[in-house]
Amino acid sequence: MLTDFGFILLYFIIGFVFVGIGILTAAVLRPSHPNPIKNSTYECGEEPMGGAWIKFNIRFYVLALIFLLFDVEVVFLLPWAVVYKQLGWFAFIEMIVFVVILLAGLAYVWAKGDLSWERPRPYIPSLRDLVVPKKD
Amino acid sequence: MNLVDIVFYFFAVIIVASAAVVVLSKNIMYSAFSLLFTFFGVAGIYVLLNADFIAVTQLMIYIGGILVLIIFGVMLTTKITGLEMKTGITGKAQYAIGGLSTLVLGGTLIYVFNSTSWFKSPSVPTTSTVEAIGASLLTNYLLPFEAASVLLLLAMIGAALIARRK
Repeated sequence: MLTDFGFILLYFIIGFVFVGIGILTAAVLRPSHPNPIKNSTYECGEEPMGGAWIKFNIRFYVLALIFLLFDVEVVFLLPWAVVYKQLGWFAFIEMIVFVVILLAGLAYVWAKGDLSWERPRPYIPSLRDLVVPKKD
Repeated sequence: MNLVDIVFYFFAVIIVASAAVVVLSKNIMYSAFSLLFTFFGVAGIYVLLNADFIAVTQLMIYIGGILVLIIFGVMLTTKITGLEMKTGITGKAQYAIGGLSTLVLGGTLIYVFNSTSWFKSPSVPTTSTVEAIGASLLTNYLLPFEAASVLLLLAMIGAALIARRK
């Protein structure tokens, strides 16, 4: 098992060395004449306005939280998938129960509109709102 | 010093160096990205301990999930740039308090480490542990397994409820 992970580490090291050699050779070979225009952010030829770090919509955070919980579910799926063939239908039903309980959560956030993007909700007054109550 | 020791120190250097960047960096975004290497190094240590399932879990949940959440959290704050961050050594009093607490904590940990009689497993598992974990999870520990799904459900509903804008 350790040797299998050794190969993965080897891939990492080769990847880092490969990219490192590329960047180093480029740094040695290229001419260096920086100027303010060259150093500015490339934005399809437009002049960049402001920074790229803006405040993100809170919606992303809800989606990331939901993703994290399903990520944990995937971690539980992994050992299940390994022994699934030996345990057969028993393991299948267990996992169905597990997934259905989590699906209830998905149904909840779906029904509550956390997955859909925030739409503007214009206030359309009905006729009843316009009626002025009669004074006696 | 055999190969495993070399790999261990390799990961240990990665963890300590990147954790130092997390603490000392003036830019909160660089801290968040540096945390990636800390988590990665910890995953490598797990592999060296023959805990392959925990290593994969570390990669998937901490790097794939929690780190993304942290970066999202950073990007959701209103003032990311131009913020005076108090990192590194900012004053003599903080230096003293920080050093003292580090000394106490480190000393306690080293003392506990040396005074505990550690359980040494007679045989180190050389095969993958995922199969054994799966088998015991679906037979002996079925109720905790299903309870975990209820816990995840509660966490999901709670997170959606708190994060929802009202």
